[in-house]
Amino acid sequence: MNTASNTAGDTTAVQVVQPSDSSPFINRWIRRIRYWPVVPIIIISALLIAAIFADQLTSFDPEKDDLISRNIPPVWQEGGTSKHLLGTDPLGRDMLTRIIHGARISLLIAAIVLSIGTAFGLLVGLIAGYLGGTFDEVLMRVVDFTFAVPFILVALVTVIVYGQSFALVIILLTIFSWNGVARQARAETLSLKTRDYVAASQVAGASIWRVMYRHVMPGLINTVIVVTTLRLGSLILTEASLSFLGVGIPPPTPAWGVMVAEGRNYIYTEWWISFFPGLAIMLTVLAFNFLGDWFRDRFDPRLRQLD
Amino acid sequence: MKVFLARRLVYSVVLVLATTIFVFVMSRQSGDPRHLFMSEQSTQEEWDAWGVELGLDKPLYLQYVIWLGNALTGDFGESIRQRRPALDVVIERIPATAELALGSFLFSVATGIPLGVLSALKRGSILDYLGRTFALIGQAAPVFWLGIVLVLIFSVNLGWLPVARRGGLEHYILPSITLGWLFASSFLRLTRSAMLEVLDSEFIKFARAKGVHDTRVIWKHAFRNALLPSLTYAGILLAGLITGAVITETIFSWPGLGSLAVTSVLQLDFPVLTAVVCVITLAYAGMSVIVDFTYALADPRIRLE
Repeated sequence: MNTASNTAGDTTAVQVVQPSDSSPFINRWIRRIRYWPVVPIIIISALLIAAIFADQLTSFDPEKDDLISRNIPPVWQEGGTSKHLLGTDPLGRDMLTRIIHGARISLLIAAIVLSIGTAFGLLVGLIAGYLGGTFDEVLMRVVDFTFAVPFILVALVTVIVYGQSFALVIILLTIFSWNGVARQARAETLSLKTRDYVAASQVAGASIWRVMYRHVMPGLINTVIVVTTLRLGSLILTEASLSFLGVGIPPPTPAWGVMVAEGRNYIYTEWWISFFPGLAIMLTVLAFNFLGDWFRDRFDPRLRQLD
Repeated sequence: MKVFLARRLVYSVVLVLATTIFVFVMSRQSGDPRHLFMSEQSTQEEWDAWGVELGLDKPLYLQYVIWLGNALTGDFGESIRQRRPALDVVIERIPATAELALGSFLFSVATGIPLGVLSALKRGSILDYLGRTFALIGQAAPVFWLGIVLVLIFSVNLGWLPVARRGGLEHYILPSITLGWLFASSFLRLTRSAMLEVLDSEFIKFARAKGVHDTRVIWKHAFRNALLPSLTYAGILLAGLITGAVITETIFSWPGLGSLAVTSVLQLDFPVLTAVVCVITLAYAGMSVIVDFTYALADPRIRLE
């Protein structure tokens, strides 16, 4: 839909900015950066490294108080030290250390939730689309329903009863993470099952499970990857929001949302306590959103709704 | 259109009922309500008598019906913290939330839609890039962080706007922007891509070829068609609005339903939480029906389905 406008040739200044033709070398790089999602890849690699090697990257303990060195500003501000690059929080814990360990929490939750949610959604969508009928109708109404339920209210009610915990966050997010995949997988299955090769394998006597697994499912993988990646960002945001409200990951675990909440009362004087963890969330979500858009454009342009 | 609307109406009713069942089951999970009245002198007889009084001797589904009947008459029990009817506590919080929702809606429409149109018209210009950056930030920045950063800049450093709480008109600016930014971003992206698509369609080319003035082509022919996706989106927006309001109210100490919900969780005030959840769900379901209705009115394709 965006390429169409290039050929419109109308008077409303519809133009695409081309890289200037002054330097072929720079042009090549600009084109390459446009083609590959360079910035998201850098951010996500940094996150993965931080998550995996958190213990090796810093020598501080993310959860241990050190009251002597509390509220130290970042290194470039007056009073900062190079020992604590991003400063420390009111309990004297190193901000950078906590942010690095926070990456581990965020990615771990996203990985667990999305593996379960995606697998389940794929299964539901595949079966519902392939079998059709009442089964399909009921499952799709359930999907509609999970889209309509205000997640935050469910989360608040559940947390008041069971108390906040890591496991509860995972369960809640998983319950609300399979619906998108299920819907897309079903839509895709509906079109795939009318293909000749599917009919051929049915005629050859393959069981429905074999047809679904061997012939329909491979055609769904692209869609599922795209939908899942696009979902990653909002999942991380939701987890952070729960943690911020005090109904997600319980402190002192260095979840980014918890850290922003802890710095809230200090913004007059110690602005960095809230600022950096929030910045980490934003960059992470931005990176995953870009990557999702890129996957969508490459693998499954039909899913494209927004430019 | 009748089928479409009837279907949506049934959805909303199911949603509200499911919420009440969920809340009821959870309230039973949270423990025997008799523990609230119990003291060291309580006897077994008193305990049983309370059970009969509260209907706890009846089967669970009957208990639910009793509970639902009470809820429908506005009886959600007494707030554990404030010692007065939970619904009263909730009702006095409604205006603040309504004002905040209105403010953020105005902000998102007033920025998102014009910026989206401009971005589409001046595609590839600085303006387009600024607009898209605005949208990217809105979709990736956590609402709670956005609020804090805005306070940091405009209240703490520049001292232009108040930090928190409800008050004069200037108190509405930061909370409305915080809550509205995400929706402004979505409006911007939707309007922009819809405008680009519409501007490229045959009837626009025809209008231009016929010599219709540019302004008229853009606003009369293109813009009206480009608004539809945003309208569809308004329905999806509502659920996000609840989450956003809960967070925004918490940051700005805004005396609305959202901050009440969070406080009641932190204070373990179950009756208040129940009442808030039911009131919000009811309002949400009602709004969804209204949005669907508007949508059906605006889009003939739905009307004829």
